[in-house]
Amino acid sequence: MTTINDIFIITRRQLLLLTRVPEVLIFSTIQPVMFVLLFRYVFGGSIDTGQPGGYVQLLMPGIFVQTVAFTLAGTASGLAEDMKKGLIDRFRSLPISQSALVVGRTLGDSLLNIVVLAVMGIAGFLVGWRPSSGIGNVALGFLFLLFFGYALSWVGVLVGLSASDARVVQNVSFIVTFPLTFLSNAFAPTTGMPRVLQYFAEWNPVSTMVAACRELFGLENQFGATAGSFPSEHPLVTSLFYMVVIMVIFVPLSLRKYRNYAE
Amino acid sequence: MKSVIAENLVKTYDKGKVRALDGLNLDVEEGTVLSVLGPNGAGKTTVVRILTTLLRPDSGNAQVAGIDVINHPEKVREVIGLSGQYAAVDEILTGYDNLVMFGELYHLGKKQAVARANELLERFSLTEAAKRPIKTYSGGMRRRLDLAASLIVKPKVLFLDEPTTGLDPRGRQEMWGVIQELVKGGVTLLLTTQYLEEADQLADDIAVIDTGKVIARGTSDALKKQVGGERLEVVVEQQHIAKTMEIVSSVSGNKAGLDEGLRLITAPVSTGSVALFEVLKSLDAAGIHALDVGLKRPSLDDVFLALTGHAAEVKEDSKEVKK
Repeated sequence: MTTINDIFIITRRQLLLLTRVPEVLIFSTIQPVMFVLLFRYVFGGSIDTGQPGGYVQLLMPGIFVQTVAFTLAGTASGLAEDMKKGLIDRFRSLPISQSALVVGRTLGDSLLNIVVLAVMGIAGFLVGWRPSSGIGNVALGFLFLLFFGYALSWVGVLVGLSASDARVVQNVSFIVTFPLTFLSNAFAPTTGMPRVLQYFAEWNPVSTMVAACRELFGLENQFGATAGSFPSEHPLVTSLFYMVVIMVIFVPLSLRKYRNYAE
Repeated sequence: MKSVIAENLVKTYDKGKVRALDGLNLDVEEGTVLSVLGPNGAGKTTVVRILTTLLRPDSGNAQVAGIDVINHPEKVREVIGLSGQYAAVDEILTGYDNLVMFGELYHLGKKQAVARANELLERFSLTEAAKRPIKTYSGGMRRRLDLAASLIVKPKVLFLDEPTTGLDPRGRQEMWGVIQELVKGGVTLLLTTQYLEEADQLADDIAVIDTGKVIARGTSDALKKQVGGERLEVVVEQQHIAKTMEIVSSVSGNKAGLDEGLRLITAPVSTGSVALFEVLKSLDAAGIHALDVGLKRPSLDDVFLALTGHAAEVKEDSKEVKK
């Protein structure tokens, strides 16, 4: 019970930070909204999807996934900052559950995702995004996105605690997340890629997540690669599998790293 | 009763290449202040980190308030306060927010956490700045807030790791004042410092450490006796050196030393400014105009020179400052 209370206090601290530095919230929403507008109007005109409603229907799930994927960087740099300022030492010397700081941090970053996704959804709606699957499935889609962000947040904990400098964290996270989001079906069909990259793109968790969201938002996943491959046939199951695997690997690793981080 | 006991602590980094602690022994009597004095890289921070459960030693034992640090770290955390080299408070949050948050993390409950926060802000003269983000605070104010955070639950043992490093002289004076108040209140305190003057001001007992071991232990007076207390220094023109040495030697009661290149005459004195005044008077009577004159307190270097025969080496590989 006290553990939950400790986690709650840490999470609340992060929300308090958002109210004190609203720029963080503003910039974490401006960037994805900018992506929505750029892709919608730059590529939207030239990519023929044959989909009713056009490119924006396929684009939105892609940008949602890309945005939550950047939770990794957010968590990592937040922890690296705390480390630099010696805050982690203070927390570790307190009589609180040793996992409270990291669990609270990952939860706080997920709450930020809720706000960002809501703003993006509204922006998407304004430029023509109309999910056709009904409220239940749309909600499920967003839940999937949040869980994916949460799982990656735990990768961010390990990255943040392992890095020596907050700026390195930014760069490392960027190098990890950027290719992952682009070597996927998020923005363009994978069929135009060289065969090797197609394989990668098919199995890429970002692709399966995007495909899963498209399915939940009532679209056919036209940007998926080779028909018949397991991940493109079963994107929901594959994505869920990936998230569980990420958590099973990274939660214990991150917690261990936190306990021993000074060693 | 001993509030802190450290026995034979060994801690190595980089797979044994760097020996931060090399069989260190320490103890602090309840209600007293021990200052751990040493240069950068001597192992000060490593000791504090082990005693505050942040780091596990490779071998050795440690107890804080009678609790085993290695086997029951969670119990130790309930009775200690730690304030480190880096002011470990959230810069974006206000001083008030920080203290309330830490109070709640100590499970005080919201109402009590608020009351305690206000009380501590008042006590450390931070009430006016309470609602400002920490990033607007001066270095001294940050340290005071950090110290306040470590006192939220009235710890049985307080650890201060280089509480004044990086502060300007005024910030240092303020911090000393605050710590002296605490000491009067009867707290058990272990503090580390690079400054002999600081150890002298604040501590009952001083442990000098070098390369991971305690090389001397005693009261500040005892240590100073070993080192030789204050030194008088006079610089004069070449033709006055002989006469000046005579004067300085007679005031000091010891034979004065001479650095010919600098024309610097030095001698240990025990009467401080009185000796300084006597020397000036005698020089004046002899018609000698001193180019420079002063009293020098023994520095950490002097202590090290006296105790080890070598100057305080600042190790390049100061792994211990790893954040």
